[in-house]
Parts: sequence; structure tokens; C-alpha cells
Amino acid sequence: MAQTGRNSAEGYGLIAPALGVMALGLAAPLALLLITSLKTQSGLGFAQGWTLAQYAAVIGRASYRVLFLRSLLISGAVTLLTVALAYPVAYFVAFHARRKFVWLVALTIPFWTSYLLRVFAWKIILGFNGLINSGLMRLHLIHEPLSFLLYNPFAVVVTLAHAWAAFAILPIYVSLEKIDRSLLEAAADLGDGALRRFLRITLPLSMPGVIGAAILIFVPTTGDYVTPQLVGGPKGAMIANLIEVQFVGAGNWPLGAALSLMGMAMVAVIAGLFVMAARAGAKAAR
Amino acid sequence: MKSLRLYALAYLAFLYLPVLVLPVFSFNNSEFIAFPLSGFTIRWYQGLAADTAMQHALGNSLKVGFATALLSTMLGLAAARAVTRYRLKGAGAALGFISLPLFIPDIVLALSLMLLLGAGGLPLSLAAVVLGHLLICVPFALTVLIARFEGFDRNLEEASADLGEDPLMTFWRVTFPLMLPGIVASLLLTFITSFDEFLLAFFLSGTEATLPVYIWGQLRFPERLPMVLALGALILTASVALVILAEYVRNLGAQKTTVGA
Repeated sequence: MAQTGRNSAEGYGLIAPALGVMALGLAAPLALLLITSLKTQSGLGFAQGWTLAQYAAVIGRASYRVLFLRSLLISGAVTLLTVALAYPVAYFVAFHARRKFVWLVALTIPFWTSYLLRVFAWKIILGFNGLINSGLMRLHLIHEPLSFLLYNPFAVVVTLAHAWAAFAILPIYVSLEKIDRSLLEAAADLGDGALRRFLRITLPLSMPGVIGAAILIFVPTTGDYVTPQLVGGPKGAMIANLIEVQFVGAGNWPLGAALSLMGMAMVAVIAGLFVMAARAGAKAAR
Repeated sequence: MKSLRLYALAYLAFLYLPVLVLPVFSFNNSEFIAFPLSGFTIRWYQGLAADTAMQHALGNSLKVGFATALLSTMLGLAAARAVTRYRLKGAGAALGFISLPLFIPDIVLALSLMLLLGAGGLPLSLAAVVLGHLLICVPFALTVLIARFEGFDRNLEEASADLGEDPLMTFWRVTFPLMLPGIVASLLLTFITSFDEFLLAFFLSGTEATLPVYIWGQLRFPERLPMVLALGALILTASVALVILAEYVRNLGAQKTTVGA
């Protein structure tokens, strides 16, 4: 019973406050960020005039390129790992678990702790004097602590794969749950084996959930600050840490702004390409 | 099937082990978080009870959480009603705009808001944190509430109007009770999101730390860690209790609507 005409003013009135908050909290700050990125720092203020120097600096410096690339590789690895690890679990719950609700609650409870402490727990587990090392030494399996566990990209990937697991399990579960079971029965009646049924029906029909999960994980993990800061060390630092250093440590706001905008643009382009490629792939498979 | 079940259980262990570090070592009678365990103590919890800075931060987090939950649910309720009950031009674009913060790294949201405050000559404050949290909570509230608006029978609202109720009474006596489970879910989701949010609060709170900002500060001091873990264990317990309570309320609501309808 959608209404038009005279009443639509009422509708615009209802959505206006939310749009107003977004205009104030999102559009205005992003516009300022863009303006800032076109300036140069001069003491505590900005120099006169406009310049693309910050963007040239971001593209020109090899160390920045390394950090951008590393952020993408880490997030890509996290996305792949998290989705691959979660898929069989979502599949089990959707198709074979007897008490689905209990499983879903059990799978989501770990995410009701503080995000900071979930990440920090991994520092405790992987650290030089941490749980793995102290446990293994206690069992006399090693004689000195393993130092390759913490402060590297590996630690960042493991921690993020744990921290974002729910964002893979739930969308994949929902898309598997929606699959019409009679399609599988029909395929079985026509002589398809279990593997063929999975590859030709279940997997393609669950792709929306997989793609959704991948985007939900890839986009925010590329810009994550806490995890690389706590468990990454210098070898595991990512874009967000570099941005923070420019704004807070180095006091170079224009460069920080340019890094922010280029990081955002890069993630948006890659996520867009990924969705397009996945859709094209799904169409070709059918 | 058996191997799939085993895998699911192993995955569950992967999810739970890091989280169990919190309660286990919060009762461990040692400043060092390492094996072997060295006896039971509640002194870390007693330490928390005496920590006034932590309690002040908790108070700030509750204030910010309540304000964010209430405001984002009200904004979401109005906007969800607008897009489900009216045929608006540009509704899709408006929804896209409102959901945009979910696709922008928190650090960029935080720093650009800091630029805005600086440009406007406004101080960092808890109010600034609430504005930041609205950016990430309004999209959540909107998603939950749109689903609920789409789920209920619009004829009930029309019947109420036909029977002579004015729009305000119709909203209060028909729409609101039917929306209540969605409203509770939205309040809960936005409160927990705000309560747990670190990065925006870190850059926008100024001198008034919220609980995650306080925890972040404590992580630098190894001797404070067992207390932080005790705090984490308490937060986990409270969240689980809250979620179970919400699920219970939601079920009550669901039964009521089916009986009523």
C-alpha cells in the first residue's frame, strides 16, 4: 500500500533526519578529507593554494606501495581462509545438524566479547612468553620459545580469520538454508552422485552467500587498525597504521588524507571487480 | 557425515579457545599469563571493584551506548517507515548513502570526523563519539527495522484507520506493538555495537575514555593484564545474558503477535 502524491512529503520528512545525520557525520567530513588531501602541511596549518603533491607522494614512494600491497594480500588471504574454513561448518549446520538453533548460538557466542580482547587473546596465545610457547616448553617439546608465531603477517591473518568468522558463517548458512531441497532430490533421482549434486546445485546456489561473506570480510579487514597494531609488528603493519601515523605521529594531515582516500578507492575498485567477476563466473557456470 | 561433524566441532574449538583465555586466566593466581596455571584467586576481580577509572569509563560507555541505541533506532524507525510505506523517488540512493559507512574503514570515519570537529572549533567529546557511532549503527538499525516492517500485515494499519483511529493512535496501538520485536533487536544490536566500538571512540573521546579506550590503555602494562582479562570475562558473561534475554523477549513478542493476529 505505497502512497504517492501529497503523502510523499510525509515520507521524505521521515527519512530526512537519518539523511541529515549522514550528511553531517559522513558527507561533510569526507568533503573536508578531500579538501585536506589537496593541501600541504605548513607548521600547524596548511600552505596556501591547491596541489596534487600528496597523491604523487603516495604513488611515488616504494614503502607506501609495499604497505598497500601487503594490506591487500593480508585481507585477501584472510577472506579466502575465513570463507574456506567456515563453508563446511555452515554446510553442516544447514544440511545435517539436528539442532540448528543451538549450533548457531554456539557459533556466535565467541563474538559477544570485546573485539579488542578477542584480538589481544591471540597476542597472549602466540607471544614469546605466551600460551603456546609456555605450554610446549612445559611439555618439553621445545627448549626455547618459538619467535616466529607473533609480529608478522601470519599472526595478523590468523587473528583476523578468527575475529571475522561470524561474518562468513552466517551469510553462507543463510544462502544454503534457502536452497530448495527438492532440487537435490530431483538430481539424486536422475542419478547424480553426492559430489556432482554438491558441485552442480549446492555450491552454485550458495554463491550469493559466499560473495556476500567475502565482501563483508575483505572491505573492513583491509582497513583494520587494531589487529596489525597488536599482533602485526613492523612486518605486519597495514594501511590504517600508516594513516594513523601521518595524522597523529607525523602531523602530516594532507598526506594522511590522501592515503585514506586512495586506500578507500583501492578497496572499492577491488571489491567491485570481485563482485562483477563472481557474477560473471556464476553465469558462465550455469 | 561424521567427519563433517568432527570438523564443525574442531572449528568450534578454534572459535572458543582464544575466548576462554579470558575467564581461565582471570582466576589464575599469577601476574604472568602463561602455563602452568598457578592456583585460584579472585583478587583480579577485587582489583576491578576498586578501580574507579575503569568504572568511570564504564559509565561513559553506558551513556554513549544508550544514546546511540536510542537515537539510531529512532532514526532507523522513521527511515524504515519512509522506504517501506511511501513510494519515494531516490529511495534506493538514500538507502545506499545511509549504508555507505559500512564500506568505509573506521579509521577514515574517525579521522575525517576529527577534521570536521577541528574545522568547526568543537572539542573532542562523548557527543562526538555518539555522532561517530550513529554512522555505523543507523545502517544496522535500518536493516533490522526494514525487515520487520516488510514482515507485518499492512491491512492491520488500514483496518485501524477505517475504524476511526487517527494516525498517531494507529501508530501507537497497532504499528508500535507489531514493530516491538524489531525495535528491541535494533536497540540491542546498536547498543552492543557502540559499547564494543574502539577506534572512533579512541580518536573522538578526548579525555573522557570509554571502556574499550580504557582497556586499550591498560594493554601496555603487563601487570594490569589479569585484571583486563577479568573485565573481558565479565563483559562476555553480561553480553551472553543480554542476548539470551533478548531472544526470550523476542519469542514472547512473536507469540503475542501470532495470537493477536
